[in-house]
Amino acid sequence: MELFGIFITATLINNFVLSQFLGICPFVGVSGKLSSAVSMGMATTFVLTMAAMVTYLVQHFILLPLGIGFLQTVAFILVIAALVQFVEMVIKKVSTALYRALGIFLPLITTNCAIMGLCIFAAMKDLSFIACIVFAIGAGAGFTLALVLMAGIREELELASVPRALRGAGITLLTAGILALSFMGFAGMKF
Amino acid sequence: MSKQTSISAEFLKGLWEQSPTLRQLLGLCPTLAVTTAAANGVGMGLATAFVLVCASLMISLVRKLVPGQVRIATYVVVVAAFVTVVDLTMKAKFPAMSKSLGAFIPLIVVNCIILGRAEAFASKNGPFRSVVDALGMGVGFTAALTFLGGVREILGNGSLFGVAVMPADYDPWIVMILPAGGFFALGLTLGAANIINRWREQSALRAARVASAAKEA
Repeated sequence: MELFGIFITATLINNFVLSQFLGICPFVGVSGKLSSAVSMGMATTFVLTMAAMVTYLVQHFILLPLGIGFLQTVAFILVIAALVQFVEMVIKKVSTALYRALGIFLPLITTNCAIMGLCIFAAMKDLSFIACIVFAIGAGAGFTLALVLMAGIREELELASVPRALRGAGITLLTAGILALSFMGFAGMKF
Repeated sequence: MSKQTSISAEFLKGLWEQSPTLRQLLGLCPTLAVTTAAANGVGMGLATAFVLVCASLMISLVRKLVPGQVRIATYVVVVAAFVTVVDLTMKAKFPAMSKSLGAFIPLIVVNCIILGRAEAFASKNGPFRSVVDALGMGVGFTAALTFLGGVREILGNGSLFGVAVMPADYDPWIVMILPAGGFFALGLTLGAANIINRWREQSALRAARVASAAKEA
């Protein structure tokens, strides 16, 4: 039940994009088309989960026992960068179809602050290994949900006549604001 | 490359023409997340500017030593080192600020402004120019964050830098300091910046037309 709470909190109540402001760059950049939004969401969820597991191990078996917790930022970013590279190579070898769907999004994910943010949050809250994984999957689901919602709205927006000054990023951010307002409704949920 | 541009132009372009926040849309996550108050905007802006300047200097100094294939990894390590310096310094000297910025201090490491300038500028220019460029971008980022933080604090809390500025019977728009308000404030600011830019372009065009007409006459 506690794990379910972590999942719902990460997905809806503290949605990474709409209430924590993590991963805004891909949210604005890749939410133009529904199909690429789904692919990006899936790729990010996958990397989030892997990164949460690996950084948990790094934190608890290398940094803390050696007393070098201050190297957290350096260690995490290196681990994430290496992980993304590794995942890209594995996917390329294992499945060409998957690589074609997710391939171009993987390099972008290294600098997605959602990944780094999740690892730092998990370390701050001192979650257990299982809780870490659930937190990562929840955050990924929330990221995908926000991206897909946004892509759906933006495909409709193509047909609307938006004031010239607000075209592009302006109207995207205003739409995101309205989405964030509606996500505030979940704030009343308690676990 | 733009070797001819003057040093002052190199600095000034970061303030408006290529403002990281308003024109290039880089580093949006911290821009939205920490601008609930003007002071937070200043703190975050200065922290980012410090990392940006130090990292640009360092990367510009080692740019000829680093092989092309591993340059991104090198940049990331350099940036991460300076972020650690900022993080620990803030924790020791400004614990209140460090607490309110929270995870966004270590997250400076994935701020795309820093890697963006490293890749686009510091890796191709000398140390002096790179520092000037980084200073301009840093000041531009800080200015944008302070502006957004100021607007959100005034509307959402009725104060600026913690001092009440609105009339006593002002009913704060709480939504402005909530996440949704961040999106609204930034979206409208981008719209306003676009209008100002178009107006500037048009007046420049008109001035050019007047000048050429005067020449013909």
